Amino acid sequence: MNEKLQRILPKVQKPARYVGGEYGQIVKEKEDVRLRVAFCFPDTYEIGMSNVGMRILYGLMNEMDGVWCERVFAPWGDMEEELVKAELPLYALESGAPVRDFDMVAFTIGYEMSYTNILNMLRLAQIPLYAKERPGLHGIVFAGGICTVNPEPLADFIDFFCVGEGEEMAPEILSLYDRAKQEDWTKEAFLREVSKIGGVYVPSLYEHQYSEDGKLTAIVPDADAPKTVTKRIIKDLDKAYYPTDTIVPSTEIVHDRTNLEVFRGCIRGCRFCQAGFCYRPVRPRNADTLYRQAVESLENSGNHEITLASLSTSDYKQLEPLADKLIDYCEEKKINLSLPSLRADNFSRELMLKVQRVRKSGLTFAPEAGTQRLRDAINKNVTEDEILTTCATAFSGGWNNVKLYFMLGLPTETDEDVIGIAELVWKIIKTWKEHAANKKRGLSINLATAFFVPKPFTPFQWEAQITPEEYMRRVHLLQNELHSKAVDYRYHGSDLSYLEAVLARGDRRLGRVLARAVELGARLDGWDEYFNNDIWMQAFADCGIDPAFYAQRAYGRDEVLPWQTIDVGVKQEFLWQEREQAYRSAVTPDCRRKCSACGANCLEGGVKCDA
Amino acid sequence: MPRLLFEKTGDSVWISHLDTMRVFQRAFRRAGLMLKHSQGFTPRAIVSIALPLSVGVHSRCELLDYELENDAALTPEILNDALPVGIRVREIIENGRKIKELTHLRASLELTYDRGVTDSLLQELDALYHGESLILKKHSRKGETETDILPMLCDLQMEKAGENALRMQVLVCAQNPSLNPQLLVNAIELYAPHLAPDAVSIRREELFDAEGNVFR
Ligand code: SF4
Repeated sequence: MNEKLQRILPKVQKPARYVGGEYGQIVKEKEDVRLRVAFCFPDTYEIGMSNVGMRILYGLMNEMDGVWCERVFAPWGDMEEELVKAELPLYALESGAPVRDFDMVAFTIGYEMSYTNILNMLRLAQIPLYAKERPGLHGIVFAGGICTVNPEPLADFIDFFCVGEGEEMAPEILSLYDRAKQEDWTKEAFLREVSKIGGVYVPSLYEHQYSEDGKLTAIVPDADAPKTVTKRIIKDLDKAYYPTDTIVPSTEIVHDRTNLEVFRGCIRGCRFCQAGFCYRPVRPRNADTLYRQAVESLENSGNHEITLASLSTSDYKQLEPLADKLIDYCEEKKINLSLPSLRADNFSRELMLKVQRVRKSGLTFAPEAGTQRLRDAINKNVTEDEILTTCATAFSGGWNNVKLYFMLGLPTETDEDVIGIAELVWKIIKTWKEHAANKKRGLSINLATAFFVPKPFTPFQWEAQITPEEYMRRVHLLQNELHSKAVDYRYHGSDLSYLEAVLARGDRRLGRVLARAVELGARLDGWDEYFNNDIWMQAFADCGIDPAFYAQRAYGRDEVLPWQTIDVGVKQEFLWQEREQAYRSAVTPDCRRKCSACGANCLEGGVKCDA
Repeated sequence: MPRLLFEKTGDSVWISHLDTMRVFQRAFRRAGLMLKHSQGFTPRAIVSIALPLSVGVHSRCELLDYELENDAALTPEILNDALPVGIRVREIIENGRKIKELTHLRASLELTYDRGVTDSLLQELDALYHGESLILKKHSRKGETETDILPMLCDLQMEKAGENALRMQVLVCAQNPSLNPQLLVNAIELYAPHLAPDAVSIRREELFDAEGNVFR
């Protein structure tokens, strides 16, 4: 195989991403290994190696006695073509062994548009796509990641899903498999047993029933299958496994730096945000723990850049003391420290000046909506005043660059809200004119709008998505209201977000569509170079399935939702209540100000929300 | 300026020139050694590698110039513990010569033919490299230029290496102008496509000055 590979590599772009051998990769002796796991990331090496979760689980699994976990990524199109031509099956980077030879094949799924990559990678690995075509225990396929909160579109292909954080779940699953392999269990026996592990969802143990009009009417679990599968979380992050010596890629990746995860969860309750509800409750790491992990990670990797990562880093309570210590360390060691996603409402000038000493990071706001009414409806706690004050401070401090993120198509949005975006932009321009310390360089505003996608386990999970045509009308409406040359406006294409909505809230019947789309050539859908909407529309037509049924239809309150077997902690009643609040444009206080009793504190038999 | 000699073999040959510099920048940090940095808002560690190596080419003789912030003792072992598979420091050179005195490069090429290597193939190839001229087109920003590569090819030895391969040892100009040994293979593809190999492996072997002394 190596000989064949060596002949292919000169023909493909960026071959370094296909050979492994990086500093920090884990290689084990075959005789020490009882259980081999192929950990597949359904996107390119550059994206996958930037994923903190994958690094954690890679380290964790490899710390287990007798387990060797290796990495697999989706090949770029040119590499795929060469692999197929040379009849080389998809292989893992550490050993070069074909994925089909592994005991377990794991995927992590963070994005609906990578579903086709999962199927395509199985195909390239020469592993049968459908779970029922894989009778044995060998080569069992499982998946984790945020998309498992509604894994139904993948139910036909994946043997079991792991819902929630994997640090405790993964070793439990691997140990069980280890035993099953030694005792020669059947696949069925293993699946029954693994379904008893908290957070594990075995889709084949549930029957989905539909009515004549196509609606899901009932989900019937097998005799001893749990009625609901509850998300797993780590209670104490300071005690949780965290690798500070991880792989250092030899070629550039997307986040080519140390990413330090400061906390999990989010105190905010932005009503469109799936991560915000699904990662609840907030569990921070201690600043001392973080500082130690930062220094160790930097020294072990040799990185010269570090980012504090989380859903809303500026909400981190110990940010000031942590930033203080880190800034001193980074300055001395000539390391760039960047603190992204600073929120307008607590972006202090002091902190900004400190950051500036090390690196001039961008000024980014995500108001998401143009008017206060709509911002209240989505519970995005940012006021125009706060944005403008922060801008004024930043402009007088020498900043001339603003990035703004909005969504179009949010529930209750009117034309007035769309035009409100342009008005806010105009006020920012005015603020710059009044406050800019340095006008020579000119102001530059990068404005981006995304197409709202209703997601499971948010208060908007029942909402219909607007049609792509209506979305484009609103895009043009906004475009016509923007008159300044300082503004560079980019909008997300409508097709991709439409499909995202279909897959996010889809059910099992979409499995056929996925298989058909891959057959027709769909893959790397997250990439403009590859995304082809015609293929998808063809696949829907071939399967006799109407995508609008999933995206553009509002789900009734009493309707059976495809994802209701899963429990993420936040209760459905709370989500509905939040939806009603949205329609009243009423805000709900964040977890720090007041607990709204969402239910997430009941996870793992009770957990403290350290908001 | 201090300099180090390193080799690049195995899977590390797929790491690009720019990425190789990044690999070293990180390796120095991992080894606890602070490189001198450029001035400015985003200071960069200063390292430079002589004669960029094409992706896929092996080498026994890469040179990297570096400067440390303080006089730490550097040994090949310290860095080798911090480098990825295939990149190995062979020697530390306290004071390297001026790069412009580096004029020649010896390289070996292994050409694999699945159909086997015959004597006539060897003869035909030999004739190709010993003709009047061997003109290749070069694409650059200024457009297309034509270059005769033979004047830059100082020596070429060819021999059979087993049933399916032949090995060439070449001495080529390394700078102003330079000849990338890969072009010797491109020439086959252009002028004698029926002799084109199924696979090629190229390795830089040694560096020389104008007098033929090993360059460091
Ligand atoms: S239980 Fe209360 S504090 Fe905890 S996540 Fe839910 S709303 Fe926030």
